[in-house]
Amino acid sequence: MSNKSDQPNMDRRKMIGGAIAATGAMTIAPGVILHAASVSDEASAGADAKHRWGMLIDSNKCADGCSACVDACNTEHGLKGHGRPATDAVWIRPVKLKDKQTGRENRLVMMCQHCEHPPCVDVCPTNASFKRVDGIVLVDRHRCIGCRYCMMACPYKARSFIHEALTEQSVNAPRGKGCVESCTLCVHRVDDGVMQTACQEACSKEGHDAILFGDLNDPNSEISKTLKSTNSVQIRADLELNTGVRYLNL
Amino acid sequence: MSKMYYRELYCGTPARYWSGLALLGVIIAIGLGAAYYMEHNGHWVTGMTNQIVWGLPHVFAIFLIVAASGALNVASIGSVFGGPLYKPLGRYSGLLAIGLLAGGLMVLVLDLGRPDRLIVAMTEYNFKSIFAWNVILYTGFFAIVGIYLWTMIDRSVNKYNRTVGFAAFFWRIALTTGTGSIFGFLVAREAYDAAVMAPMFVIMSFSYGLAFFIITLIAAYIWGDRELGDFRLTKLKNLLGVFVGAVFYFTLAYHLTNLYITQHHGIERFILLDGGVYTQMFWIGQIFIGSIIPLFLIYSPAFEKSRWAIAAASVAVLIGGFFQIYVIVIGGQAYPMNLFPGKEVVESGFYDGQVMNYVPTLPEAALGVAGIAVALTMVAVGARVFKVFPETLED
Repeated sequence: MSNKSDQPNMDRRKMIGGAIAATGAMTIAPGVILHAASVSDEASAGADAKHRWGMLIDSNKCADGCSACVDACNTEHGLKGHGRPATDAVWIRPVKLKDKQTGRENRLVMMCQHCEHPPCVDVCPTNASFKRVDGIVLVDRHRCIGCRYCMMACPYKARSFIHEALTEQSVNAPRGKGCVESCTLCVHRVDDGVMQTACQEACSKEGHDAILFGDLNDPNSEISKTLKSTNSVQIRADLELNTGVRYLNL
Repeated sequence: MSKMYYRELYCGTPARYWSGLALLGVIIAIGLGAAYYMEHNGHWVTGMTNQIVWGLPHVFAIFLIVAASGALNVASIGSVFGGPLYKPLGRYSGLLAIGLLAGGLMVLVLDLGRPDRLIVAMTEYNFKSIFAWNVILYTGFFAIVGIYLWTMIDRSVNKYNRTVGFAAFFWRIALTTGTGSIFGFLVAREAYDAAVMAPMFVIMSFSYGLAFFIITLIAAYIWGDRELGDFRLTKLKNLLGVFVGAVFYFTLAYHLTNLYITQHHGIERFILLDGGVYTQMFWIGQIFIGSIIPLFLIYSPAFEKSRWAIAAASVAVLIGGFFQIYVIVIGGQAYPMNLFPGKEVVESGFYDGQVMNYVPTLPEAALGVAGIAVALTMVAVGARVFKVFPETLED
């Protein structure tokens, strides 16, 4: 019943004080035990800092109506739509553009641009988004809490959130409901020494050769030579993210 | 000044109190059920998509978190800035702040893709991420306000009240700066690329927090059948008027800056002129209901002493504030990012260049409302168990 006495109940105060101290310790403790180990070092095991993997997309060669690269990416990584385009995962997408002034039309494919300074990695609270030493930007699916802050931060809309349960996954890309994912630059191939992404392979098979994958750090690689001799651009170069994916004839 | 006595709040009959708590419990249970439904099926059952990645739960969560830090202001004015009229309200201010933050965080966490990995968020920190900072700011807020309340309630530690009050005040400013900065540092999105977001969120918190405080204070004193003086309420009302005006000023500064920058004309046109539901929410919700009506109710001589006008102004501030956050969070995402300046998107496999449609679903709303219910439950239980409210607040 109600305590109408004006005398404070000291037992209750002690209990409250103890409870506050315990709660305080519980909230602060995890912050004190900080994991200082560099995540990118850990996750980059196998990656070689000598390389920086990237791609060059030739907009003139990207053929109207073709979806070979998209299909190949979906097959390679087990991306299956559920007939709900707004929530289905998209790692690579074709975009057709028209210059507002001149009317010139372009077609290109967009995917994770594998930035040197990726905004998704900056904003990720748990270090789930990370960049390997060879420049490939990935999501650690064991660490991702699904906050989607990276999707807000990515200037290229490159990321998808997994909106539903997955079945029949590909061994090339383990995925999980409630996590964020994007183009891995076919990291499983790179780590196996296959220097060709699924999208590039498909594009070449179709005879378009609009996609060129390679090592940006190797001056003798085809991609480096082409970049040196042509006038390529980065999308949203104004953000100074130094993207690993470049575009020709845009 | 006569001595202030605090007493546990009893509102009417036990049946009324318990049925009120039961109602809140039902609302919370429905919200938790909704969260389970969304997590179990995945987010496709919500209105959220890969384009609108933060939906209605985020609006509720941010609204409550922002209001939480603002609710602490009354305590700060009392113990940090030495306002004697505010001092007796300090305990309730702290309790409300903790309640609102708990409600907001519950919604935020249950809307994560993997809420089960909360422990990862508590143990893995990327200090470049404002979210990671916020994890520390939010948990620290509970601890500091808890200690602050202790120094207010327990006479033996009352001598530390001012010091802890200072710490709490700076912490709450940091907290809202952190929340605002989530939107201030997103360089790619035109609606968010503005440093003014951080101070604007601070001032928004002053306004929403005080509105929550006033409305719940009036309700508690009516239910508890206690005296609440007009003079003290008028002080709070005038303060609310200043805060509402300040939010309006920051809104003006934000939009005028954007209107000057050619690159941002598209998003401004979208929000202010032809954004459909977002334009309506901005003008009718944020400006008319959230600014003009409360300013009229607060400053019109016709309502000078009207308690109902003060309550109505507070409710209008909260409704307007909710719309303001909705326009910032959802409106800012609905407007397409400009990946290719000078070019028009003819076709895209991922909605490039298109205004995205977002229709919130019932489970999202249920989870959000449950956040408010959590805040009110904590306040109702806290005020009943602890000596939070002064016996009388007559002038």
